[in-house]
Amino acid sequence: MTVGTNLKMTEQELRSFSEMNGEPSWFTELRLRSFAEAETLPLPKPDKTKILSWNFTDYPVHTVKSTTFGSIEDLTEDIRTIVDLDQKNLYIQHNNTPAFSRISEDLAAKGVILTDIFTALREHGDLVKKYFMTNGVKADEHKLTALNAALMNGGAFLYVPKNVEVEEPVQVVFYHDDADASLFNHVIVVADTSSKVTYVENYFSTVEKSNGLANIVSEVFAEDNAQITYGAVDVLAEGFTTYVNRRGIAARDAKIEWALGMMNDSDTISENVTHLVGDNSIGDTKTVVVGRGSQKQNFTTKVVHWGKNSDGQILKHGVMKDSASSIFNGIGKIEHGATKSNAEQESRVLMLSPKARGDANPILLIDEDDVTAGHAASVGRVDPLQLYYLMSRGITKQEAERLVIHGFLAPVVNVLPIEGVKKQLTEVIERKVR
Amino acid sequence: MSTLVIQDLHVEIEGKEILRGVNLTINTSEIHAIMGPNGTGKSTLASAIMGHPKYEVTSGSITLDGEDVLAMEVDERARAGLFLAMQYPSEISGVTNADFMRSAMNARREEGDEISLMKFIRELDSKMETLDMDQDMAQRYLNEGFSGGEKKRNEILQMMMIKPTIAVLDEIDSGLDIDALKVVSDGINQMKGEGFGCLIITHYQRLLNYITPDHVHVMMQGRVVKSGGAELAHKLEAEGYDWIKQELGIEDETVGQA
Repeated sequence: MTVGTNLKMTEQELRSFSEMNGEPSWFTELRLRSFAEAETLPLPKPDKTKILSWNFTDYPVHTVKSTTFGSIEDLTEDIRTIVDLDQKNLYIQHNNTPAFSRISEDLAAKGVILTDIFTALREHGDLVKKYFMTNGVKADEHKLTALNAALMNGGAFLYVPKNVEVEEPVQVVFYHDDADASLFNHVIVVADTSSKVTYVENYFSTVEKSNGLANIVSEVFAEDNAQITYGAVDVLAEGFTTYVNRRGIAARDAKIEWALGMMNDSDTISENVTHLVGDNSIGDTKTVVVGRGSQKQNFTTKVVHWGKNSDGQILKHGVMKDSASSIFNGIGKIEHGATKSNAEQESRVLMLSPKARGDANPILLIDEDDVTAGHAASVGRVDPLQLYYLMSRGITKQEAERLVIHGFLAPVVNVLPIEGVKKQLTEVIERKVR
Repeated sequence: MSTLVIQDLHVEIEGKEILRGVNLTINTSEIHAIMGPNGTGKSTLASAIMGHPKYEVTSGSITLDGEDVLAMEVDERARAGLFLAMQYPSEISGVTNADFMRSAMNARREEGDEISLMKFIRELDSKMETLDMDQDMAQRYLNEGFSGGEKKRNEILQMMMIKPTIAVLDEIDSGLDIDALKVVSDGINQMKGEGFGCLIITHYQRLLNYITPDHVHVMMQGRVVKSGGAELAHKLEAEGYDWIKQELGIEDETVGQA
């Protein structure tokens, strides 16, 4: 694969794509500026994984057109496995096409916005402008963020106004059933002052192999005293080289909790950073990973403490089988002035075959004296004495392994906020570790 | 009636011979106790019966109703009717006690004939009550953070739920206070009957105040050196082991030392 940028689009095509979507001019300009910058910006450098030879720029086609769903009854069988028919707050993107959207009347009346990113740009342009690649992810961080801005062809926007507590989870499904589709998705989740919301997204491939790329950016903002629970289950097909960047900004007294099930079958670079900007803010990251085949993955989870008395927790558990390899970078960073902060992290990797590779890489960067921090990391194989114990009760070796693996991943799986999604993740894990 | 027969069993761990020809026959409806000082091979016998991965049987045989136990995998031994209450049970994070026990019970049943959830819960509740266990222990992760006494009770709970034909209890009484000992003994006594045989391995005669053994065996130097009835346990409690050593001309009763 060539290293240089091999973009399918020309500037002119990008301009017409933007025009066709009725985007505001600031956004068209952001696209074009980023498009030009992507040429020269370097790739990101995930610790311990070399990605210079990975293909992030060559894809079959920028946008595919897919069917929409007139009503919830029209959803395909596949989607129904992960969506409850009584799911009230739901957005579904079918490949690159906004395909279904609904929100409860109550929430709509309270001013909650749940929509595809293009509608958001058209109808809530000022709000989107405030958050889109301003304080979260910057377009010019590196080549891939620039490409995300330039080529954005999908995504979602969720806004919860001040003092609104959304009881029922909001679900967004990125349904992928076209092998030639690529996802340049951008998601923005905003919980305004003293509001509360649970957001769950599913990246869901039903094709065996993909020829496309996934370049995904999520920006998540918890304003003062707001709480966001962000759940995700990524199940993208083999071949779908993936860069996924989920970033949170927590203001004063705010809390962002992540529960991420990283179940892609493709090579994946994942970056999940939480900035604890406000005093007393909390960032809690839970990630589970299953790698199989000859997959190469890199998961960087980072919590940066700026506010005083901020609390950051990182918990990552991964299972590697076949000749899959994964790097788990955990970074707790306490900036000068973030007194009384606490940065904790734990990474554990369980390897199921001799060729599987896992590396847990805990890093604490502390620029303040009056803080607490800790880390734990382990990389190991299934304990034969655990298997012996389980088998001594009549459980077969295969079932014993299954129990140990599920148990190993349970701390994350169990906290996923939607039952259906938890079930889906459990099933995906089942399928992958078999 | 079922019978477990151990004949001339020799067992090594990491190249060191620990059992040097054990002979023992256990029938259902019998309670056997193996006593003996530390380091004489008692726990090795328990582990060898169940198939612990670190123990290698170098010669001899173990059969259950004529079936070759040594040819079976650990899980097959369990499904054939053997059970070992372990001295040091593993902790398994993320797997609840209840889920684990249901899996174990269902492993003995045909697909489609799994135990119903209600029936399982009723049975679990009643057995936990017998063992004076907190109900919330069912939902805790398997042995994780359990105290020594809780682990022992949990082993007996599993035995009562699984209902094995022959159970081996490896130092089930170690570290138990007298109240817990009574509770655990109650559980074991509930199992007594025609379909159940038991081999109790212990350092202490005290357990046998609550469970009356039909046969008592003394192990030294990796062999059963003396067998008798319940009265043998009382004599050991009163007089210790020295008289046996004298009788048999044994100086060092342990095995595996240079």
